[in-house]
Amino acid sequence: MRNKLEEAKNIMKVAVKEDTTAFAKEIQRKCGQDVLTCYQCRKCTMGCPMAFRMETKVNELMRAIQLGLRDEVLSADTMWWCVSCETCATRCPQGIEIVEVMDVLRETAIKEDYYIPVESIEAFHKVFLRSVEAYGRLYEMGFAMDLNLMLKDPLKDADLGPVMMAKGKLKLRPHKVKDLKSVKKLFENVRKLEESRV
Amino acid sequence: MKYAYYPGCSLESSAKEYDLSIRACCQYAGVDLIEVPDWICCGASSAHATSHLLSIALPAKTLVQTEKMGLHQIIAPCIACLTRLKVADMEMEEHGDLKKDVETVLESTYKGSVRVRNILDVFLNDVGLEKIEKTVTTPLTGLKVACYYGCLLTRPPHIAQFDDVENPHSMDDLMRAIGAETVDWSFKTDCCGVSMSLAETDVALELTNKVLEGARDAGADCVAVACPLCQSNLDLRQKAIGNKFGVFYDMPILYFSQLMGLAFGATTTDVGLEKVIVNPFPVLGAI
Repeated sequence: MRNKLEEAKNIMKVAVKEDTTAFAKEIQRKCGQDVLTCYQCRKCTMGCPMAFRMETKVNELMRAIQLGLRDEVLSADTMWWCVSCETCATRCPQGIEIVEVMDVLRETAIKEDYYIPVESIEAFHKVFLRSVEAYGRLYEMGFAMDLNLMLKDPLKDADLGPVMMAKGKLKLRPHKVKDLKSVKKLFENVRKLEESRV
Repeated sequence: MKYAYYPGCSLESSAKEYDLSIRACCQYAGVDLIEVPDWICCGASSAHATSHLLSIALPAKTLVQTEKMGLHQIIAPCIACLTRLKVADMEMEEHGDLKKDVETVLESTYKGSVRVRNILDVFLNDVGLEKIEKTVTTPLTGLKVACYYGCLLTRPPHIAQFDDVENPHSMDDLMRAIGAETVDWSFKTDCCGVSMSLAETDVALELTNKVLEGARDAGADCVAVACPLCQSNLDLRQKAIGNKFGVFYDMPILYFSQLMGLAFGATTTDVGLEKVIVNPFPVLGAI
């Protein structure tokens, strides 16, 4: 009996050796969302339109965060398939704004150079913001063409170009905002402020 | 009724007909739109996935400009823009530190006096159904419309603060006020997958197919939308869906404002009906 008790105590020691909640607390500090309150009802995954594509489902990701599996979570595919449709967050009985958690995970994974399993989505964000920084507005046609080049598939959707053109839905040239200086300044200031906080 | 108007990037090119039809409807309904001068992109849907500060600073610039115009309400017809503007306004109000950071980035201050308004909300609650009914000269009698709300019109509820989150009816109310019939269907708030449309097209097609199938099965003649991203995703890829799933829907995807404009007496060119890819003229023929 005595031995059994010691054994149990030792197992407990292993389980609580390190503070497994540190990662969940980091997320809470960054976006205010307390993932530790998740009790695995799985409503998030049930309503998720992208669950069919995710290797790690949303509820599994929440559990992994609770267990402090930082590396596994930051290299998961979940947040890269997430389309921010907000169905999970709307239905979560604990009121966790799951999309805000996804945003923190995406931002952290990029900043810490984690491997991103859905390459095309990372490219999408990069090319999108590059266009906004260059012109102040998104230049849709240039954006689509740059993205295709980055994905090494330059003729992707080439059949749609003439269709949209005929309908007057594509602008051939970007619309540059007049005060482009202030846009560049905005992007620079964001980078400066973020770097000063690392 | 005076409002600042933020068209957003899509309404300049791929969703030009949304811009045209919103302006037409507002003119008929007595809503004055004053475009924010030299506005910049709100950063959706990439800024929030990569930098929280950038995702607030970009739309905050537009909010600051609105204050400088001396206006206190802003309309953003694109639901993605609408959400980003709202999130920026709400987060800056809730978090003083964030507001300070944003003001440092923008090198200007924001008083927080701007209300970000959803265009459906403006038509329903500022103009009112009664006035809309009175403005109708050509009721869309006999047209069966599936109203598609997509993700962000009602979600997340604490940001959208609009309509029933799982079974919204505001667009249905508007469509009925202009004489159309609306169908009951299960895909009103399902996601169309547009954010995957360019980078992972196959994945987007799965979601788009379900929405179009739902509208067809409910007996709709056309789908009405209020978001340029939903519109282009549902309209542009019906051929690709046909090739992948073997079903060619031929379902016109129209902005609610195109239908409203037509009912108010605008011409098809006024509301940019010719710009829609799947030809809507056959189903509108009788009107």
